[in-house]
Formats: sequence, C-alpha cells, structure tokens
Amino acid sequence: MAGVSLDLQLLNLCAALLLLLSFAMLSQRRIVNLVNLLALQGAVLFVATLLIAWRTHQAHLYLSAGLTLGLKVLLLPYLLHRLIRRLQVYWDAEPLLNISGTMLIGVLIVVFSFGLAQPISALASTATRNAIGIAVAVVLLSFLTMIIRRKAMSQVVGFLSMENGLFFGAMSATYGMPMVVEFGVALDVLVAVLVLGIFFFQIREQFDSLDLHHLESLREDAAARRAE
Amino acid sequence: MRPIGIITQLLELIVALAAAPLFVGWINQCRAWLQNRSAPSLWLPYRGIRKLFHKDAVIAAGASPLFRLAPYMVFAAMVVAAGIIPSMGTRLPLTQVADAIALVGLLATARVFMSLAAMDIGTAFGTLGARREMMVGFLAEPALLMVIFVASLISATTALPAITEHLATQSLGLYPSLAFTAVAFLMVLLAENARIPVDNPATHLELTMIHEALLLEYSARHLALMEWAAALKLFNYACIGFALFIPWGVSTRGSAPVTLLASLPLLVAKLAVAGAVLALIETVSAKLRVFRAPEFLATAFLFAVLGLLVHLLLGA
Amino acid sequence: MAPVPHSPLDACLVLLALWGLIGLAGLVRPRSLRYVGRTLFPLGALCGLALAAVAFSAIGTPTEHALLLVGLPDLPMHLRRDALASLFLGLLGAVSAGISVFAAGYFRRGQGTSAGLLCLQYHLFLASMGFVLLADDAYAFMVAWESMALASYFLVTTQHSLGEIRRAGFLYLLIAHVGALAILLAFGVMQGGSWQFTFDAMRAARLPPSWAAAAFLLALFGFGTKAGLAPLHVWLPEAHPAAPSPVSALMSGVMLKMAVYGMLRVSFDLLGTPQWWWGVSALAVGLFSALYGVVFAAAQTDMKRLLAWSSIENVGIIFTGVGLAIVFHGAGMPALAALALIALLYHALNHAFMKSLLFCSTGAVLHSTGERNLGRLGGLIHRMPWVAWLSLIGALSLAGLPPLNGFVSEWLLLQAFLFAHQVPHTFINMLLPLGAALVALAAALAAYVMVKFYGVIFLGQPREATLLHAHDANALERLGLLWLAAGCVALGLMPTQVVGTLRAVVRELAHVDLPDPTAPWWLLEPLPGRLASYSGLALLLAVAAVVLLTFLGVRLFYHRRVRRAAPWDCGFARLDARMQDTAEGFGQPIRHMFEPFFAMRRELPSPFDRAPRYHVAIADPLWLRLYQPLGSLVQRIADAFAVLQQGRIATYLLYSFVTLVVLLAVVL
Repeated sequence: MAGVSLDLQLLNLCAALLLLLSFAMLSQRRIVNLVNLLALQGAVLFVATLLIAWRTHQAHLYLSAGLTLGLKVLLLPYLLHRLIRRLQVYWDAEPLLNISGTMLIGVLIVVFSFGLAQPISALASTATRNAIGIAVAVVLLSFLTMIIRRKAMSQVVGFLSMENGLFFGAMSATYGMPMVVEFGVALDVLVAVLVLGIFFFQIREQFDSLDLHHLESLREDAAARRAE
Repeated sequence: MRPIGIITQLLELIVALAAAPLFVGWINQCRAWLQNRSAPSLWLPYRGIRKLFHKDAVIAAGASPLFRLAPYMVFAAMVVAAGIIPSMGTRLPLTQVADAIALVGLLATARVFMSLAAMDIGTAFGTLGARREMMVGFLAEPALLMVIFVASLISATTALPAITEHLATQSLGLYPSLAFTAVAFLMVLLAENARIPVDNPATHLELTMIHEALLLEYSARHLALMEWAAALKLFNYACIGFALFIPWGVSTRGSAPVTLLASLPLLVAKLAVAGAVLALIETVSAKLRVFRAPEFLATAFLFAVLGLLVHLLLGA
Repeated sequence: MAPVPHSPLDACLVLLALWGLIGLAGLVRPRSLRYVGRTLFPLGALCGLALAAVAFSAIGTPTEHALLLVGLPDLPMHLRRDALASLFLGLLGAVSAGISVFAAGYFRRGQGTSAGLLCLQYHLFLASMGFVLLADDAYAFMVAWESMALASYFLVTTQHSLGEIRRAGFLYLLIAHVGALAILLAFGVMQGGSWQFTFDAMRAARLPPSWAAAAFLLALFGFGTKAGLAPLHVWLPEAHPAAPSPVSALMSGVMLKMAVYGMLRVSFDLLGTPQWWWGVSALAVGLFSALYGVVFAAAQTDMKRLLAWSSIENVGIIFTGVGLAIVFHGAGMPALAALALIALLYHALNHAFMKSLLFCSTGAVLHSTGERNLGRLGGLIHRMPWVAWLSLIGALSLAGLPPLNGFVSEWLLLQAFLFAHQVPHTFINMLLPLGAALVALAAALAAYVMVKFYGVIFLGQPREATLLHAHDANALERLGLLWLAAGCVALGLMPTQVVGTLRAVVRELAHVDLPDPTAPWWLLEPLPGRLASYSGLALLLAVAAVVLLTFLGVRLFYHRRVRRAAPWDCGFARLDARMQDTAEGFGQPIRHMFEPFFAMRRELPSPFDRAPRYHVAIADPLWLRLYQPLGSLVQRIADAFAVLQQGRIATYLLYSFVTLVVLLAVVL
C-alpha cells in the first residue's frame, strides 16, 4: 500500500464501502433500514465523486457530486421514507431465498464480476480502474436484491442502488459521464421514483398489499381466455 | 530468548489475568449507565470469582473426570492465547510456538472441551448448550480464520506480532479489505463471547441461553475458573481486534523497552473505548432468535471472505 | 526361514510374502479362535511393524528395481521401490500393526466367515496393498489393485447372512470395478502408442497435452471412486459400516490412501509435468467432497456411518491438497507445490492413524454393547474408560485441534492456501481464497461432528439400561488402540521430523522442495522468512504448565471439599436419559442450515397424537438423482436387449452366423 497516494486509498476505501453496503442491503429485512443504507450508499458515492473531482480537477464532477448529494442522499430517501410511512410497509416479507444462500450467491457474483472486469480494467487508463469490478458487482448485487424481494418497495431500492453502481462504474472507468447524460439519468431516476410511488398506491388499492406475488394473478391465463 | 521478551511475556499474561474481569466489569457498568440503571461496581466480577473460589464444590453424581478437567483446560487455553496476542508488545517468545492459525485452533480446543464437559452430565440443558455452542463455533471459527487471513495476506505472514508490526509501523495505509473484515470480526466477537445479538450474558432464560447453559452444572472453583476464562476470552478477542485493526502504540521490535510501559495506558484506553462501544451495541440491538444466529454468523463469514476478495482485487 | 534380504525392496517383498503365508496358515485350523486370533494376527502385526521400520528407514535411499517372474509367460512383474512407495508402505505397516493387534482381540465366534478364512482374506488384503505400492507396470498394478478390491469385498461381506450387507458389498464391488476400468483406460492412454505397459515406458512417453489431460481425468475418476470422492462416494457409507470394525479401519485408514498414492503416482510421476488446470478439477472435486462429507457426517445417527462420511471429508481435503499442488506445480511455484504435497501426505498419514483408531474404538463399543445406533449409547466413559480416553485423542485429532496431528496438516494446507495469491491466473487467484474458506469451514464442521460423535457415545447418561453392563476392551484391543493413539500424538508433537521425511519423498516425486529449515528441531517453520511457525510440543507444554500451575494454585489457596449431588439442570428434578440430545437432535442445526443438501423425509407428530412419534430419514440426494436414474437407465437398456434372448438354439446360432458374416464382410 505504501507509495499509493492518500486520495486513491480513500477512493479504494469508498469502493469497498459501496460493496459492503450492497451486501448489507442484501441481508437486510427491514425496509426502513434498506432506505437508510441506500442513502448511505449515496453519501459514499458523493464522497467518491468529490475525491475524483479533486484529483482530476474537473469542474463538472463537482456539479455531479452536488447532484448526487441533493438527489441520492437527501431527496430520494426522503421521498421513500414518506412513501413508507404513508403506505405503512416497514418489513419485507420473508425473502424468496434465505439470507445465507443469497449472500453465498453474492460472493460468487463478486468473483464473477471481478473476473469480468479484469480485461476492462486493463484497458482503462484511470487510476481508479481497480474499482470497475466493484461497480459491476454492485450492479449485479442490486439486481439480486430486486430478484429475491417480494415487496415492490424493496425492489425500488434495489433499482436505485443499481443506478448507483452504474454511476460509480462510469466514474471509475472514464471519470464520469458527460454532464448531459448525468442530468438525464438523474431526472430519469427522480421521475421513476415518483411514478413508482403513484404506482404503489394503485397496487395497494387493488390488492390491499404491496406483496408482488399478487401481481402473478394478473398474467393472461390461457384457460380463462378460452372460457371467454 | 532475550530478557525483554520474557518481561513482555510475563507482563502481558499478568495484565491479561488481572484486566480481563475488570473489562467485563467495565462493560457491565457502561451498559447499566446506558440503560439508566445504577451501575454495579467495577470490581464486581473479581468479588464474584473470589467468592466462588471460597465455596465447596458440588458436582453432579454422574460426572466423569473429563468434567473436572475441562475448567482447567479451558482456562489454560485462554491464558496461553493471551500470551500469543500482542496486546502490549510484539516481542513475545510464545508467538513463535503458535501463530494466528494456531491461536484459532487453541480457542477451538477450549470450545470443544467446554462442550464435551457440558454433555458429560447428560442433562437436557447441557446438551442443548453444547449443540448451540458448536453451532455458533463452526461458523464463527472459519470467519475468524478468514479475518486473520486478510491481515496475513497484507503482511505476508501468519505470525500475529509480525502482522501487528507491519500494520502499525508503515505509513498511514487505508485497507478497504480491513473494513470488511472489521465488520466480520465484530460480529464474530459478539457471537463468540455470548454477547447480545446471539446470546444474552445477563440471563438464565432456559430456551435462549447458550453460554450459560454450558456452565449450568459447574459450581465453586470450577465455575470461577470458567467465568475467569470467559472474561479472558472476551479480553483476548478485544486484543485480537486491537492487534489487527488499531495496532498503533504497541511496543515493537525496534523500539526501546521503555515503550512497553507506555503501551499499558494505551491498552487501557483502547479497552475503555472498546468496552463502551460493546455496551452501546448491546444496548441498541435486540437478541436474535437462535435460528437466526447461523444467518448472522454466515453473514460474518461471507463478509470476511469478501474482504479477502477485495484485497485481491484492489491489492489493498 | 527366508534368507536375510540385502535391500529394503527385498525385505519388503519377504514381509509381504510372510503376510500371505500367515494368511494361508489360517486355513490350517480355521475354527480355532485361539490359534488364529492369539497367534496369527499378532504375527501379522509384527510383520507390519517390521515393514514400517524397513520402509520408513528406506525413504531417501536410492530407488530399487526388481523383476518378479510370476504370472503370464513373457509378462514378468516389474517392481520398484522409491520414496513415495516407501512412505505408503510405512503407513501400511505402521497402521496395520495397530489394527492387527486390535483385530487379534476383536474377532469372536459366530460371525459368518470362519476365523481362518477371515485371516486369509485379511492378510491377502494387506499383501495386495503392498504390491499395489511396489508395482512398476500396469499389469502388476492392476492385478494387485483387483486382488485388493476382491479381498476387501470378501472382508466386507463377512456377515454374508445379512441381505443388507450383501447388498453393500455388491455395490462396493460394482463401483470398484467401474473405477478399475477407468484406471485401466488411463494406463492405456498413458502408454502413448508404445504398447509397453511398464511405468518406465509411460514416463518416457511424450503425450500430447489433450491425451495427457484425458489420462489425468480418467485417473481422477478411477482413483476417485476408490477414494470415495463425491459424487463417486456412494459405496463408502454402505461398505465401511458393513465390514467388521478392524476391516473398516483398514479400508478407511489404509485402502483409501492407496487411491491417493495412485493419484500422486499418475499425476506427478507418470505424466511428468502436470498442467495447472488439472489441479483445478481435483481441487473442485476435493472441496466438494470435503464439504459434502462433513455435512452428511453431522447428520448421521449410526456411529460407523458417521465415521465413513467423515472419511469422505478427509479424502476430500487430501485431494484438495493434490489439486493445490498441481496448480502450484503447473504455475512454476516449486516451494508452494512442495508445501501442498507435504500437507496432503501429512494428512494422509494422520487420517490413517486417527480414523483407524476411531473405527477400532467403535468396534470395541459395538462388541461391548451390541449397538451401532448413537441414539442408544451414552455414558460409556464410566464403563469403558480405556476406549473412551483413547478415542478422545482420536476425536480431538480428527477435529483438527492443536496440539494433535490433525491440526498440523490442516495448518500446512492453510499455509499453502495463504500464499497462493501469486498464481498467475486471475480467476484461480479469486477462487483459491474461497477454497481456503471452504477448507476452514469443513475443519470447523469436523469439530462439530466429533463433539457429536464423542459426546453422544461416551458422555452423558446411558440411554439404555443394557449399557450399564458394558465392559471395557480386552488387553490386545487396548494395545492396538494405544498404538494408534500414540501415532496420533507423535505425529502431532513431532511435525518437524515428519516434514523432514516427507521432504525427501516430495523431492523425489515432483522435484520440488522446501527451503532448508533454519528453525530449531522443535519448531516447524516450513517457509523460512515467512515468520509462520508452529510447535505442537511447546504449545502442549505451555498449556500443561498453566493447567498444572492453576491446579496447584487452586489446591494451595482455595481447596474446599467436593460434594457429589444430583445434577442441577435449572432445578428440574425428574431428569432422565431421554432428555439428552439424541444424535438426531445434535445434528439438527446442521440439518436446518444445510437443508438443500439433504433429501430429507420427516414425520412430525400432530399435537393430538396419543403416542407422538418423530422420525427423520436422511438420504443422499446424489444417490436419488444420479445413481438411481443411471440404474434405471441401465435396467431399461438391458430390458431392451432382453428381446434378443429367445431361448431357442436356432435363434442363437443365427445370431452367431450373422455376426460372422458381418465381420467377414467388414474385414475383407
């Protein structure tokens, strides 16, 4: 480790913390905690962006860091918390797979994405290229979070965490996306959360629950169609 | 073997033996404060041990010699373990004999003897405790081993003093992998020492207890040794944590022997903070169902493995 | 009287022949227990001791060759004794000495096969294992290998009146032959077109990489079946419990090591330089077996079956070492390859002693109580103190606890894993730590299994009234157990000396070596400069010193009376033996956690049952999902062919006629 500058060490630490938080999300049953973890992930992302901005002296990255702080650390968690309060969903149901099994799959995913990222890292010229593997892992782990959860709320959190992973990946591979894209993505995420919020109310009105297995009954049933 | 080595060794053993019950007393005190109770005396664990030594022992009729041997074995394993962990200085002759992997083995030996002794009488609670202790152990032990592996990989050795020296003496290095392992280690510490999310040290509620169920049949001097050993175990775990994650201030190989004296107040300070943190964790968290304990430990194990992977990827 | 042999190889041959003679002598008075048990078996043990002495002292001496002019004309048997063979011969001799002494006291009247016949099979089994180790051509190897399989088959089916045992024996024979076929094919590939089946020709043959890989995989399959690697393990938990206990000990302790020997011989000696990815396959299979074996061991309720599953775990660990060694060897890291090889050889030695010890002690328990079911044992430490305390050594060794021997080999293996991160292949680099994690998990689970094994059999209250009349092992049995336990302790306390011997073996086998040790004789430091050292002896002394000091201190200052009373158990007064954990109960957390591993059938009582009954049956999912479909497939194919069987001579003649015509048409 000696000989590596402090800011790079801090960046590596941030990368590791992102991964840690993704795993924490994977093992968390309470939705409130899930949202808090998401906010924390946003905060780590914010620090990482700041560090990269400082390192590369790119002004637009400061802006992007500010955007991260405002949107991912403050606004989105606030919205989600409000949603939770209004919908009264504090706990997720028992996940589809037990926690240990999920974590085991998670570890395999990490190995897989580290291996996957190796050639990309070799191509990238940034000092943070080691973190690409972690970014890929965060994306895939968020996917896993979405897969094993039953409640729509946790899936939204997984979705947002996936966006965090993508953002971090872009940052470590090429020091961030162009500003326009970033704004676009940020707006997309915000709109997605708002739309999903409305969607949740509709789901609950329909089924009196946010448990997604109710949606399974919505599929078009061949037998039912023939009966008509 | 240099005299400084022998002095360090003896000093560490004496400090460990003396400070271990005090550490438990301190945690209890902190916990009482945090829970708005009036705190028991810091010296209460000592008084408990003293009182127990002065009593007549009652042993169950069906106990075999193994039952009477076990407290001595467990106590001795913990004392030797305390001699291996560099809590104050790294010039420990005993660490040549047993490296970090052997330390984990030593702790496992203590656990196996304790579980066997609990099964010896053949009571319902004894076997229940043994089963649960082994259940906690078989997940906590590899997790601890993985934690140690990460530190070993960083410093290319499994000898604890060398690891501590490596981590303590270099220019400030942040190891993301150690972040993972620190979390894993904390979880292992809580589980192995029968602290709150896994076990509750303050209760004898039959259906939830683990550690206390193992000791149910012990009394008097045997119980005193077991309690002392438990305190030593907690102390040892805390010192392993210091050695791996906050190694600064330990008297290292190159430094003057005087630093050994300076390391004592530092150790006390570390213990004080660690005790307060432990008390805080125990106050804010709730005990898990026994069935959830494996999940908790599996998480710790996987965190440690992740630490290993992160180390390999980031090279840190 | 045999002439005094000149060389270790001759001495070994004489001793193996003596084993054969002792076996034959059993047929003179087959029904006399005193003659067979008290004379022949101890003589066999003496031969074993001599073999161990000759073979161990021969390690490091130059390789010897010999030609044995028996068998088919123009096809003499080539023999060769090198360091690897010597090591395993020593293992065979030393372990079988203990087992033979135990067996001398063990066999009783009325156990199916007569004592004399048993003696013949037993000693032929020993001698054929010796010849497996000495064989230097495929022909001699296969003959010895097959006689080993046959002799052990007859030993397994000693109590052939029981259908269950006949079934276990048949399964064993079947799978042994599938494995032997694979080994034969591997030899066929390895001769490399020279059609010379001596091992020397195979060493000289330059195989193209794909063929070498094929030979390696065939050998892994063939030796894996004998070693009991999952998923080829199904015969092992059936056959080992079926055999009489000394035979189980011999099979588990020694015969499984022959497969390890074969694997090492093929991959390092005959195939020359192994490719690193072969190692990955061995590593994967080994790790899977280790975990699979130990998880199933934790769920067993039959004590011998539990030990059999634990053997699968240990073989898995040994093959993990083989894989690791090959990976290092292929990646050009000689010191680490040597470390991994030494670790696996050490573990093979350890496992031979500790597993034999435990199998023999289950034999003693079985004799004295008539029970194999853990649920009906308990509290035997009071009635059988010798067996109990000696088994404690075995159990602690097998649990991998310092300062006993199981720990040393695990320590060495973990050291090898720990320095594995320099392998120049990224994925392997990532996967090796997971391997280390699995080894650590398996080792910790092994401790769980051993606490269960020991605690349920020897500790607690006796679960049946009949156990109160259990008697301790007899003198010969005690001697055998003592010898095996002493082996466990010695291997644990003198690792430096053992590693020194193993270095010579590894140097000759794979041309890799550890650096010369710089540490004193009592300190094991495999890679100087790594600062990783261990000393079982000093650790034992330290712990013993503290125990002694504590004991003296307590005695001096605080000694008070000891009173015996009824157990406290939180004040519960009507305690009885049924309230202890049964084997099922003790395995419950494992069953719960590893549920996907098991094919479990559970009968839970309803709350309204008058006589509630809880029953859980555990089956091997590999048996259900792999072997049974395979079996029914074979059955279906056979049924399809049954159409050919008409029962009329004319039809059969027609078949022959058509075959002849077709062959002629093809050939001409």
